[in-house]
Amino acid sequence: MTKLIELRPPLNDKKIKQLKAGDTVSVSGTVVTARDKAYVRALTLLRSGKKLPIDLHGGIVYHCGPLAKKTARGLKIASAGPTTSVRLDSMQVEFVKRTGVGALVGKSGVNEDVARELARLDCVYLAFTGGAGVLAAQAIQRVKKVFWRDLGPAEALWVLNVKKFGPLVVAVDTKGNNLYQR
Amino acid sequence: MPPNPTYAKDINYDDSFELDCMLTENEFRKTIIEMLRRAATTLPKDVINALKISKRREGNKIARLQFDCMLKNLKLARKLGAPICQDTGTFTFFIELGSELELDFDIRQTLSEVIGQATRVIPLRPNLVDPLTRKNTGTNMGEGQPVLHLEPMRGKRLRIDLLVKGAGAENCSRLFMLKPTAGEEAVKRAVLLTVEEAGGQPCPPTIVGVGIGGSTEVACLLAKKALLRPLSSKNPDKKLARMERELTDAANGLGIGPMGLGGRTTVLGVHIAKATCHTASLPVAVNLQCWAARRASARLVGDKLRVEVPR
Repeated sequence: MTKLIELRPPLNDKKIKQLKAGDTVSVSGTVVTARDKAYVRALTLLRSGKKLPIDLHGGIVYHCGPLAKKTARGLKIASAGPTTSVRLDSMQVEFVKRTGVGALVGKSGVNEDVARELARLDCVYLAFTGGAGVLAAQAIQRVKKVFWRDLGPAEALWVLNVKKFGPLVVAVDTKGNNLYQR
Repeated sequence: MPPNPTYAKDINYDDSFELDCMLTENEFRKTIIEMLRRAATTLPKDVINALKISKRREGNKIARLQFDCMLKNLKLARKLGAPICQDTGTFTFFIELGSELELDFDIRQTLSEVIGQATRVIPLRPNLVDPLTRKNTGTNMGEGQPVLHLEPMRGKRLRIDLLVKGAGAENCSRLFMLKPTAGEEAVKRAVLLTVEEAGGQPCPPTIVGVGIGGSTEVACLLAKKALLRPLSSKNPDKKLARMERELTDAANGLGIGPMGLGGRTTVLGVHIAKATCHTASLPVAVNLQCWAARRASARLVGDKLRVEVPR
């Protein structure tokens, strides 16, 4: 396996712009999960001028609904692969614009028009292998916090501490290159 | 359920026909939970082999990396007994039930209860919600779940097949009501359109189930049931076998590749099943299964239910 570029959020624009489509990276630090219901709630809050429970500026948002196991020492992630990002396409650009997220992690990418907007907003899209839930869970060291539990375990906002989470493929970069475009 | 004691006393144990055909609820529960556990954590051999063979065909670095991650994940999942994918899916049971088999429990209710139990102990992710309020039931139990297709058979036969499907792949499924004279080429176009439009969403390389004919619901059922067929098997119908080969090559020529990131492997196989249909109809259903093609099978041997796939 080739050497991975290591990313540590919060990411600055310089770091993000250096990433090229086809690069392989890993992430260490804090990653926040969000998918369908969390996107809806986040946008509702931000549109009315309210704050999210966690600052996502320069952060990494992971499209994922993890599977956790209850243990004596708290919640442990058993399996946590990516979910289909394209489902969030209609909210994606506004979400990135309002939160200032630096990188999205998911599977199957975003549509071409969304990819172009993400590039303009200096946000990269990183692909993780769908279905590789245990491989991802191995990199998750700790569940730091779970917000919005009322949305259900798959839809809540999980704040995760990860170490060398990857390999992730830079699939959409800030120059507008998109590996999903055939 | 323990046998009725007065009844048990009356039985001649040496040549008891009834006893041979009795399946206890306990045996059934034990088998179903074992099937759910194995399906969530281990893939059948034919799928693993297909992934390994496909990896060797890939020239592109990113495509090979996707296969490496899949295969590494499978090893870890098996070793740790952890679900391969966090989307532990929904459950469809296909049961062939012999009419001479005596069951003193409600299959549907027992399946539902065992799934509730499996959700707690394996654990599985609670995936089921009300379709309108979207409220999660929290147990993977709910109205109309699990899906059960019961096929009555003669004799004492019992075969249980379990198909596990995540939403990423299921969401890409399609039903086409083609013109009755549209022919084979139109059927193929429908299949390729489904694969092309799905792109990376169903977690390719996928297994493509195709149901041709029957009626709307029969075509859908055939397409889904075709996903149970091992990748190592050959379609006994020569014409369908040829269509399967041609569609596999055409789909792999689309360049979608593993996880949609480009490459030579978009599908692991295409499985077609057909049924006769109305002269004015040509229903074609396409159901995609992700590379983590989870399934399990069990069969009644004597009075023991044996889980045969995956090993």
